[in-house]
Amino acid sequence: MQVVEGSYAIAHAVKRCRPDVISAYPITPQTHIVEDLAQFVADGELECEFVPVDSEHSAMSVALGASAVGARAYSASTSQGLALMWEVLYNVSGMRLPVVMTAVNRAMSAPLSIWNDQQDTIGARDSGWIQIYVEDIQEAHDAMIQGYKIAESKDVMLPLMVCADGFILTHTYEPVVLAEQIEVDDFLPPYEPEYFLSVDNPLSFGCFAEPDKYMEFRYMQHEAMDRARIKIKEVADEFGKAFGRYYGGLIEGYNLDGAEIVLLTFGSIIGTIKEVVDREKNVGILKIRSYRPFPLVEIRDALKDAKVVAVIEKDFSAGFEGALFTDVKAALYNHINDLKMLGFVVGLGGRDVRADDILEIIKRSKSAMDGGITDEWQFIGLRGELL
Amino acid sequence: MKNLFASGHRACGGCGMAIAIKLILEATGENVFVVSPTGCLEIVSSPYPETSWRVPWIHSLFENAASVASGIEAGLKALGRKDEGKVLAIGGDGGTADIGMGALSGMFERGHDVTYICYDNEAYMNTGVQRSSMTPIGASATTTPAGKVSYGEIHPKKDLVSIAVAHGLGYVASASVGYAADLMDKVKKAVDHDGPSFIHLHSSCCTGWRHPSSKTVEVMRLAVLTGLWPLYEVVDGEVVNVKRLAKRLPVEDYLKTQGRFSHLFKTDEGAEVIRQIQAMADANAEQYGLDLDIEE
Repeated sequence: MQVVEGSYAIAHAVKRCRPDVISAYPITPQTHIVEDLAQFVADGELECEFVPVDSEHSAMSVALGASAVGARAYSASTSQGLALMWEVLYNVSGMRLPVVMTAVNRAMSAPLSIWNDQQDTIGARDSGWIQIYVEDIQEAHDAMIQGYKIAESKDVMLPLMVCADGFILTHTYEPVVLAEQIEVDDFLPPYEPEYFLSVDNPLSFGCFAEPDKYMEFRYMQHEAMDRARIKIKEVADEFGKAFGRYYGGLIEGYNLDGAEIVLLTFGSIIGTIKEVVDREKNVGILKIRSYRPFPLVEIRDALKDAKVVAVIEKDFSAGFEGALFTDVKAALYNHINDLKMLGFVVGLGGRDVRADDILEIIKRSKSAMDGGITDEWQFIGLRGELL
Repeated sequence: MKNLFASGHRACGGCGMAIAIKLILEATGENVFVVSPTGCLEIVSSPYPETSWRVPWIHSLFENAASVASGIEAGLKALGRKDEGKVLAIGGDGGTADIGMGALSGMFERGHDVTYICYDNEAYMNTGVQRSSMTPIGASATTTPAGKVSYGEIHPKKDLVSIAVAHGLGYVASASVGYAADLMDKVKKAVDHDGPSFIHLHSSCCTGWRHPSSKTVEVMRLAVLTGLWPLYEVVDGEVVNVKRLAKRLPVEDYLKTQGRFSHLFKTDEGAEVIRQIQAMADANAEQYGLDLDIEE
């Protein structure tokens, strides 16, 4: 175990996956990841084509081209950069190219903020990419390795983004077990796609589809997402056996036995929540690892004995509510009718989420359990004096 | 020889681009990877499950052909397959000079071994003849239409060849669909050149330019013969192999063949615009030494 910066751990894991092509455009707080990768290449530790491009749009486009000829491709971005990639994200998933990226979570401008929340990847939610949210640096490192195995699986063939909270998981130092090359080589086979651009077998990629054919292409992406549900769990199990670390498949429960109140969330905030929950009775945590595909059945099962679920997230849809909150409610509708559901928005633009904030959420959840719901969806930690 | 751009594509009769693709692939042979941005080329050649491409081909988006080509080149290099074929991007003026300019500049600057050919039909033809930055002065396009108080496009074309040369490219050329052998010769030179190369190809769209589909080659040639589209190469920064003209024709000979310029012949203001266009041709003649001195 070594004490390293989160970005270094992520870059190290990517290096161990032996990417053929890395293409990225620097943006805070993703920069250290690609700088570390560039240094690996400069030091001869990583043999790959490192393409320092002119924009995030180009970064993902280079990854697309590389993946189309059968190369293992990697990119990383965040926030505005991820937004600039947006149309390419859809294109990569539509062509069923298993590009893997680290999506560092950062707030969207305006106002400009380089700090963490999850609005950026929520915006990419429907792009046909698998989204895995991670809790700590070790999980971020491990998820990169799992990511290629899931994405490149013949029955999945979808791109995958590992979503890791900016600064909290990229710029802090933690003790991390850095994977050895031989371990990763044993776990992750080389990428050998069935279809790729080659002179020997001149295929056409990216044809257009008329209305009598388009829908089927999109439906097949959905089917692949369904198969990814199984694959994500399988790969988590295999990884557990090979590396001795396991974070759950699509979800992970914490103190769920007998929990009347369940705090449901994703990302690095879980560390803080665990600290609080350890001192509480009958309060558990449901961590969402895979946001797409969404773990409908697993969530229903995990919440079947709960009385209140409080969904905590760092994003929202202006004019509605938190995206995760909406999705959880949708997953439970028609299945668990006597569960009270509350949504909480916290930590936008990097505002610190403290134990007191979690205690406040638990307090409000208790009062909802005992009485009725007055406010179904609320912001925590708003400074009234600035409004 | 097998036609690498198969018949049955959906291009209009007389489409300059379709003629160009056939010639380009004849010049490259089958060991080539082709990238096309969104546009007429992609639309007429790839209605799933059909394709006209007998070479590996990919279309991604409108503005990223140069980046996708960069990725293909990097991927082939990383996989040890660089000798498998050349990488060629073929895009229209919209995908190249406008929305794809940043990606193109990046591809040039990073030195990818890619040949980029811009078939310039001087407007967004795929979406219905809207102006681009390459629409010439005086042309009527649907977003710069000629009208009672407008003579159409008012801005000069971008000088794409100079933009490419400014990136330090070793091989850059202008070409025309009207001069097939010259085009094929230039394509061969471009793909054989190590590092990025660029060809700016004048390519008529008979629908948008409004000339009979049987007149494509004739119209294209008139652009060259009037001095409006000089043919030349720039090798390591030096202008070479300029196609010189024994008797340069007046620009009216070119303009009058096309409906997009017809309004210029109806008003005094139009006549003034034609004089401006003639001045541009004269400036080209001066800059590139187009006029063959009979004494030579």
